[in-house]
Amino acid sequence: MSAVAGPTVAPGPEERTNYLNKSHTIKSWLLTGDHKRIAILYLISVSFFFFLGSLAASMIRLELTSPTGTMMSSEAYNKMFTAHGVIMIFFFLIPAIPAVLGNFLIPLMVGARDLAFPRLNLASWYLYVLGGLFGIVAICMGGVDTGWTFYTPYSSLYSNSQVTLTICGAFVAGFSSIFTGINFIATIHKMRAPGLTWFKLPLFVWATYATSIIIVLGTPVVAITLLLVVAERVFHFGVFSPELGGDPVLFQHLFWFYSHPAVYIMILPGMGVISELIACFSRRKVFGYEFVAFSSLAIAGIGFLVWGHHMFVTSQSMYQGVVFSFLTFLVAIPSAIKVFNWTSTIYKGSVHWNAPFVWALGFMGLFLIGGLTGLYLGSLSTDVHLTGTYFIVAHFHYVMVGGTIMAFMGGLHFWWPKMFGRMYPDSWGKASAIITFFGFNFTFFPQFVVGYLGMPRRYHYYYFEPTWQVWHVLSTVGASILAIGFILPAFYLTWSIKNGKPAGPNPWGAKGLEWETDSPPPTENFRHPPIVTEGAYNYDPVADAEAVAKSAAKAGD
Amino acid sequence: MNLQIQPEAASERAVEHDQLFFFITALTIFFTVVVGGILLFLAVKYRCTNSKVDRSNAPYHNTRLEVAWSVIPLLLAMLVFFWSTKQFISLTNAPKDATDIFVIGKQWMWHVQHANGIRENNEMHVPVGRPIRLTMISQDVIHAFYIPEFRLQWQVVPGRYTQMWFTPTKPGRYHIFCAMHCGAQHSEMGGYVYVLPQAEFQQWVENGGNRFQPQPKTMAEAGKQIWDKYACGSCHGPKDNERGPSLYALFNSKRKLKNGVEVVADADYIRDSIYNPAARMTAGYENTMSPYTKEQISEEQMLNVIEYIKTLGIAPSAPSGTTPTTPDPLTLRTSNEGDMTR
Amino acid sequence: MATSTKSSSPVEQHGHGHDPLLHHQFEDMHQQTESYLVGMWSFLVTEIMFFGALFIMYSIYRWKYSHEFWEVHNLLDWKLGGINTFILLLSSFSMAMGVHYATLKKHALVNRCLAFTVLCACAFLVIKLGWEWWPKWEHNLFPGPGFEWNEHSLEKYIKPGSDLLSVSPNIAQLFLSLYFAMTGLHGIHVLVGILVLVGLMVLHKKQTPSAQDYVNTEMVGLYWHFVDLVWIFLYPLFYLIPK
Repeated sequence: MSAVAGPTVAPGPEERTNYLNKSHTIKSWLLTGDHKRIAILYLISVSFFFFLGSLAASMIRLELTSPTGTMMSSEAYNKMFTAHGVIMIFFFLIPAIPAVLGNFLIPLMVGARDLAFPRLNLASWYLYVLGGLFGIVAICMGGVDTGWTFYTPYSSLYSNSQVTLTICGAFVAGFSSIFTGINFIATIHKMRAPGLTWFKLPLFVWATYATSIIIVLGTPVVAITLLLVVAERVFHFGVFSPELGGDPVLFQHLFWFYSHPAVYIMILPGMGVISELIACFSRRKVFGYEFVAFSSLAIAGIGFLVWGHHMFVTSQSMYQGVVFSFLTFLVAIPSAIKVFNWTSTIYKGSVHWNAPFVWALGFMGLFLIGGLTGLYLGSLSTDVHLTGTYFIVAHFHYVMVGGTIMAFMGGLHFWWPKMFGRMYPDSWGKASAIITFFGFNFTFFPQFVVGYLGMPRRYHYYYFEPTWQVWHVLSTVGASILAIGFILPAFYLTWSIKNGKPAGPNPWGAKGLEWETDSPPPTENFRHPPIVTEGAYNYDPVADAEAVAKSAAKAGD
Repeated sequence: MNLQIQPEAASERAVEHDQLFFFITALTIFFTVVVGGILLFLAVKYRCTNSKVDRSNAPYHNTRLEVAWSVIPLLLAMLVFFWSTKQFISLTNAPKDATDIFVIGKQWMWHVQHANGIRENNEMHVPVGRPIRLTMISQDVIHAFYIPEFRLQWQVVPGRYTQMWFTPTKPGRYHIFCAMHCGAQHSEMGGYVYVLPQAEFQQWVENGGNRFQPQPKTMAEAGKQIWDKYACGSCHGPKDNERGPSLYALFNSKRKLKNGVEVVADADYIRDSIYNPAARMTAGYENTMSPYTKEQISEEQMLNVIEYIKTLGIAPSAPSGTTPTTPDPLTLRTSNEGDMTR
Repeated sequence: MATSTKSSSPVEQHGHGHDPLLHHQFEDMHQQTESYLVGMWSFLVTEIMFFGALFIMYSIYRWKYSHEFWEVHNLLDWKLGGINTFILLLSSFSMAMGVHYATLKKHALVNRCLAFTVLCACAFLVIKLGWEWWPKWEHNLFPGPGFEWNEHSLEKYIKPGSDLLSVSPNIAQLFLSLYFAMTGLHGIHVLVGILVLVGLMVLHKKQTPSAQDYVNTEMVGLYWHFVDLVWIFLYPLFYLIPK
């Protein structure tokens, strides 16, 4: 098979059975064990929660255009940003890439027929939905106002909102991701196709593996911690409340022990996606493949040792602060090197400017700024000024939205033809990537400034500092541009499911087992169990450029 | 429009902090531009339709390059780390001669107490050029005491004391914020720190805390001074709010209590509600007010306070029922904010 | 040009017709068993982290209030705890025997072992709830709004040599909160274990395909040993605090 000429497996007629058209009943979807169908279920539910979270975000942005607010009370505002945070983190960012793209791709990429535990996988989706329902019911019954961090003793003894229900939602959703993590670990360890050794695995698999380890180690800790907050609310167990003998700062330690690694649960799979995109669209093997693979594991490991950098201005001792700051600088280095490796991958490549590549470039730009602004917050002295302000809000949106969502969108555009067998219009894909990139910067860059000026986050009113208003207005204008960037794909991607051009097994000329099978793949993934003889990313940029030139010449004739 | 991009630097630390801040900013801009530039340049130069570039022998490893791009960022990171940590360590060690001030955070106000006994609410007066050490604790949930102009923030935790210190360098009025989400009125939990020149601060201390305190001429004016001293108005404003009911047009009006009983708000009721607020709670409110002792408000002062409350007329949208006794309570205000130098 | 994959000889029905125990996603029994065990061990890691967070909380407070913890631990009866430890050890032994017989496919013997394990587990819960939790609940020593720390609530527990009332009610409540949270969570695990064991007994009774595959019994065994192990840590931490 040649890199550009197409796959060995003939595309075959349209009506070939695949996982989508095998059966059509609702029951066949809701009781499916097929990882691909579960991925689609996740895609739908995750998109729904992204929509909900974005609604809350737009309310927040509208409210902040005026220093005194116009639409809601302070209580309602607090509930709004809490809803935004809880939904986006627990029900969108954490499951987005692992549960949608990971679920769909891991068995395909390792050449297996399914994940190791299909029923557990389905159970994980149901738990996710159940957790989400808890969250929605909590919102309908009045909402929560603690912020997504649930800091004690506010959450345990003082808040009069639906803390218990929301925590139950987060708890259940946590088990959903634990199940996904266990499934990935067993699958990647034991179900690789013959010949597929660890160092022939695509980097997305490495990243997902590292993510699963974090999920398995971290999630139970936050689960039990949140459970104790509920026990304190309901039974007055005084573990975190100073009035009852406990220590409120202990909650922060346990919470960030998970929630800092959770940042890597969100960003590592994104990095994996970017490795795939950059390699495919520059037709090159990723520069320093082994390093990129190991850096995922290193980030997962060191990521567990830096939680204290969320607490520099809490009452921990100075020495704790110094140690955590030092480790934080160390964990920054592997991420930086990943960026350098991606950049070098393009060198002497044969770059195809397709939509997924533009999304990947957008990721790189935003992740650069997001990562570098982390320097301010990992360093003790500047953190004392900037923590708890809009600076930190801007920083983590650059990493979470700029990083994770750009990668998720890039991955979705890349594997969409594989998932549904149809192409979307490439130019629309590029356009929305560019709109998103600029809208994003427009939204969040002003927040760096207003944070440096000293505006604390989670502030409803700021009439006492009217000079901040201009930055908030800018940010809101940017957010509406950003919204366009996210709404467009919803339309053209959905449109393409019925109306797009048939994609064929490998529309991008990509390497990797998932491109060896039909699009959409059959239920058993591969019509013939694959045997792997080559390493990952076996691209040839020289041949690819020649082929492009040849076909251009042909078109010119 | 006044487009501010930098908060004033009003303490010794603020100046040091900004040097580090701008160094990191320079690093950020440099790396964003260089890496972003190289990325775009390569992506355009090696586009697949460009057949003129040499793609042969593309490298997958280059040990020297990889060592360089691991070690250089590491060194820069360590530079920032040491610089920043040095500042942080000095931040945690207050000078021995620092003046102590004590801060208590509660939903949603700051109590400040000076060693000489002066108490303030949502205000803190400090002399310029002297190191000040704050010892802070919270009465309920976690707060954070944050003054951007000093580049200083620390959490205020229930159950244990936290400390921070600063040396203000510029006289003026700077905002105090609560930077840790603490409930409904979080964004309004604020106040001001007034940095005064030495002489002015001395006079402020001699006046017992109110720098421009005029001799009261009437009982109501004396009551107003007590009202201001304990910042009653921060909970009992012109309109009912979450913290407390408005006391405007209160006197002799009918009041519905939590237990359903209706009482007339006469002088006895007001006095009881100050000395023992829990006894007759107004309907719709939780007992969040701490009782005042006779050491804080003597019987004599109590009469003054009641006189002042009588003068509070009808607020803009207060229910009618009583006639205001004085035209506008605001004319009585002897606000000391208007003539602040900044 | 090199291909990244080659097709092996086309297998029409991967695995399906071969072994009724083999699930469709696996190539062979070996792979299936190994995958199950990797999955089970990963699950046990999450369980360790789950309890681990509680053990860390416990250590922090015990270090902070070591004297008070010693005083309050006198509320707990080390003999009852010891009996329970012994019962759980017995149950672990019979569980191990059950797994042994499962590899030999002796279903009747497996069920006898499992029945004994369930019996032990029930005895454990009865002692725990009836003799340990209930009296504390009755004497208002359960943390919460009804918590009382006075001569009345402690009359049964005040012994010479200990000075329970000198302990601040808050710290006593903290100790008891940790005690109830940790033994309670452990108790829930025992309860889940009983349900799973009974389910497994039904499978062995009917001799269904999943009972034929010993790995299912082995996984339940791993879980049960883990539950036992947690108690082995809980017992000395709560019942045997040195002065």
